[in-house]
Amino acid sequence: MRAFTTLLLRDIKLAARSGGGAALALSFFALVATLVPLGVGPDLRLLARMAGGVLWVAAVLAALLSLDRLFQGDFEDGSLDLIALSPLPLELTALAKIAAHWLSTGLPLALLSPLLALLFNLAPPATLILFVSLLIGTPAVSAVGAIGASLTLSLKRGGLILPLIILPLLAPVVIFGAGAVALSLDGLGAGNALGLLAAFAFAAMLLSPFAAAASVRLNLGG
Amino acid sequence: MISSLTAENLACARGDKRLFDGLNFRVMAGQALAVEGANGAGKTSLLRVIAGFLAPVAGRLIVKAEGRENDDAEERGKVIGWLGHQDGLKPQLSVREQLDFFSNLYGHTADSTVLEQVGLARQADLPCRYLSAGQKRRLGLARLLASKRPLWLLDEPFAALDASGQQLVGQLMARHCGAGGLIIAATHEPLGLGNESLKL
Repeated sequence: MRAFTTLLLRDIKLAARSGGGAALALSFFALVATLVPLGVGPDLRLLARMAGGVLWVAAVLAALLSLDRLFQGDFEDGSLDLIALSPLPLELTALAKIAAHWLSTGLPLALLSPLLALLFNLAPPATLILFVSLLIGTPAVSAVGAIGASLTLSLKRGGLILPLIILPLLAPVVIFGAGAVALSLDGLGAGNALGLLAAFAFAAMLLSPFAAAASVRLNLGG
Repeated sequence: MISSLTAENLACARGDKRLFDGLNFRVMAGQALAVEGANGAGKTSLLRVIAGFLAPVAGRLIVKAEGRENDDAEERGKVIGWLGHQDGLKPQLSVREQLDFFSNLYGHTADSTVLEQVGLARQADLPCRYLSAGQKRRLGLARLLASKRPLWLLDEPFAALDASGQQLVGQLMARHCGAGGLIIAATHEPLGLGNESLKL
């Protein structure tokens, strides 16, 4: 547990100091959320209708910006060799990195979303659902992203291939997340969509550390 | 404590290229083995096989500890201290933070005297991006000491070090062997420990 916490805290510290984590993702998220209403125009009903989908896609793309560095930095500078020889199993190493990525990127994105929802004239109940859906769904983005990041670890410019690998896998997250907001706008219960989103996120968090660890192991040998 | 590491008919390949074949050696507690060979001969690959990063295509590695023999790569990894080609340092972290991180990761409390031993006590709060290549190597040595592992795998341990740095590596290796540790070092330079050598 101590090794897990040590790695988690170091990765959060690195994300904060490098400025490539939360700050970049939040800036991208905010810029997209600002540009879309400018492009669509002042139709408030249309903007509210679009809000869930646009903000969810923007959040996923923003989270992607730092995902390729999840293992890459440690792989390139040799830290991953040292981490692999530590008592912390690679599966828990992957989980610590997923958690650090979510805490430094996914959580800040979810926290910013109610403010950006104002630009889309989203009603307060739907804004709450958007916030909750991002809170529940962004861990899945980090977890699925970890699989892609580990697969592209030893590839030069792997960051370009990463979105192609993981975006199709994240389709259910966007569908359930944006769907929950749309259901709320229609005055219907969003519980089922949120439940499915939570189930997907749980399964991703449970399985992806094993897949990512297996891929990291292969790359360490290569 | 480990009493020996034995390689039996070890073979390693990278793609279609066979790097070495039928390799046999034994390193006893308190001994060092220098792995020598031309560039590309497979020195680093051998170290990575021993560390368990790379699976051998044939043969096995046996660690004998407390009278029991074990050829499991994962178990072997738990006794290995690693000093690789790359420094494994983050430019954003200070020397002390770096050492604390690895000490905690390996389940130990950071030992502040380790930095004094490698001559980096004055740079403890300096971010690693300001360290020279030799100082980074010294920090790698500090991390190796802090890992408290009995089997050291060293890849070019003298690289980037000045004369005093090289002398320090020699002293640390001699002390490690004196305390019953084992060392396998891929090197182009003599270790100066009266050690065996293995030519690839």
